Amino acid sequence: MRNRFVAQRVGFALLTLAALVVVIPILTIVATIFIRGAAAINWEFLTAMPRDGMRAGGIFPAIVGTIVLTLGTALVAIPLGVGGAIYLSEYARDTWLTRSIRLAIINLAGIPSVVYGLFGLGLFVLLMGFGTSIVAGSLTLAIMTLPIIISTAEEALRAVPTEFRTVSASLGGTRWQGIRYIVLPQALPGIITGVILGLLRAAGETAPILFTVAAFYLPRLPRSPLDQTMALPYHLYVVSTQVPGMPSEIQFGTALVLLGLVLSLNIVATTIRSYFRRRRQW
Amino acid sequence: MSEPKIQIQDVSYAYGDQQVLRNITLDIPARAITVLFGPAGGGKTTLLRLMNRLNDLVEDGRMTGRILLDGEDIYAPGFDVPGLRRRVGMVFALPLPLPGTIRENVTYGPKLAGLRDRARLDEIVERSLRQAALWDEVKDRLDSPANALSGGQQQRLCIARSLALEPEVLLLDEPTSGLDPISTAKVEESLLILREQYTVVIVPHSVQQASRIADYAAFFLMGELVEHQPGKRIFTTPVDKRTEDYVTGRFG
Repeated sequence: MRNRFVAQRVGFALLTLAALVVVIPILTIVATIFIRGAAAINWEFLTAMPRDGMRAGGIFPAIVGTIVLTLGTALVAIPLGVGGAIYLSEYARDTWLTRSIRLAIINLAGIPSVVYGLFGLGLFVLLMGFGTSIVAGSLTLAIMTLPIIISTAEEALRAVPTEFRTVSASLGGTRWQGIRYIVLPQALPGIITGVILGLLRAAGETAPILFTVAAFYLPRLPRSPLDQTMALPYHLYVVSTQVPGMPSEIQFGTALVLLGLVLSLNIVATTIRSYFRRRRQW
Repeated sequence: MSEPKIQIQDVSYAYGDQQVLRNITLDIPARAITVLFGPAGGGKTTLLRLMNRLNDLVEDGRMTGRILLDGEDIYAPGFDVPGLRRRVGMVFALPLPLPGTIRENVTYGPKLAGLRDRARLDEIVERSLRQAALWDEVKDRLDSPANALSGGQQQRLCIARSLALEPEVLLLDEPTSGLDPISTAKVEESLLILREQYTVVIVPHSVQQASRIADYAAFFLMGELVEHQPGKRIFTTPVDKRTEDYVTGRFG
C-alpha cells in the first residue's frame, strides 16, 4: 500500500520534471532574445533600409522578403499538398504505386534542408532558368514543406468517418461532392494544423533559400517575383557571423522580429483553426 | 400482379473469397413493404446495398447476376449511379446525421442534384419531415444542429433526408435497431404510410417487426434465399423447415 503510494509520487515528479525540461530551454531562448533584442526594436528598425554595412538602419527588406517568400510557399504548397492528400486518402487504392508514394513522402520529410537548397539551385535556378529569385526560393521552400502538409492533411481526411462518405453517396452525391461538402470541411482544422507547421518551418529556414533567393545585402524591396530579396533567417546568419563589428542589439533584434513574425502567423492560424473546429459537429 | 419494381436475377456476391450471397432470385413488388429477414450474416444488408450500388464503394467485392429497376439493368455499363441512388434511397442501421442543421440535412440531396430555389427547398423540408413523422417535433428549430436530436428523432431525420429526393424505392437496413419502443412504433407507422407511394424494402431488426409490417417477406439464411411468400403467411405457415425453426424461435 505504502509502496504504491510512493511509486505514484515518484512517477508524478518524474513526469513533471520531463515537462519542465521541455519548457525551460524554450523560455530561456525567448527571454534572452527578448531582453537583448528589445532595445533594437523601434520604428526605424522595422521600416528602414539597412545602412552602414547593415550595422545601422533597419531590416525592412528582410521582413518583407520573408513575408513574400512565405506567401509564395503557401501559394504553391497548399494546393499541391492538400490536393495530393485528397488523392491519397480518397481516391487512391492500396497499390505498390501509392505505397511507394507514401514511402517517398516520409523520406522527403527526413531530408536535410540544405539538400533541398542544392536541389532548388539545380532545378529551379539553373535548369528552369528562374535564376536566384523569389520564384525559385518559394518553389524550393514549397517542396520542403509538402511532406508535412500532405501527411498531416491525409491523416485529417482519414479521421473523418467513412460513413459520412457512404451517406453522401446514398443521397446521390458523387465522390467529389461528398469530399467537397462533407469530408473536407470536417478535416479542415487538421489540415490547417499541417499547413501551419509546414509554413512556420519554411519561414524560419536558411539553407533552402541560401542558393535560391537570399541576397546578402540588398537595401531595397524586391521589384518582381524574379528578383532576389533579403530574408530574415539569412539576414540573421549574416549579421551574426559575416560582418565584423556588428552591434549585438541588431543581431538579437533581428532574431526577435523573426520570432515575432512566426508567432503571429501561428496565432492567426490557430484562431482560424479553432473557428472551424467550433463549427465541426460529430 | 403488375410488373415488379425491382427484379433480382441469380445474384451472387463475394467479399474477397468469402461468399455472402448465393444465386438469389427475387422480385420486389411496387408500392408494398418487402421484408428481408433472417439471422445475422445472411447477406440481407449486402443485398440491400447492391440495389442502389452502394457496394461499389467496397474494393474487393464481386457480383454476378443482374438487378433490374423497372426492367433496366442497373449494373449496365454507363448507368448513371448518382441518379440511381436518387431513385433508390437508403436508410442505415445507425442514424448518422450529416454535420450541420436539421434543414441542411434534409436539403443535402436535392441541393447536390442542383436545386437552388429557396421556396421549393422549404416545401421539400416540410413535406419530407411530415412524411417521416418528425415535423411537429422540429418545425420550430429547423436551423439547430441535427446531432442535438434524440436517437429516434435522428433516425426519422435520416428517413426524411432520403425522402427529400422523392425516391421511387426506399431501402432500410434495420432502421430501428438502436431505438426505444415508442420511436420504433413511430418509424413503423410512417413506413405503413410510405408504402402507399413508395416501394419499401426493409431488413427488420426482429421477426416480430417483420411480421408486423410485411406485405411480402423473404427469409435469408447463410447467403441463401430459403423461401419467400406474399403477405404474412411465412410467419404462420412456412413451407421450409428452416424457416419454421427460425420464426418459432428455435434458433437465431
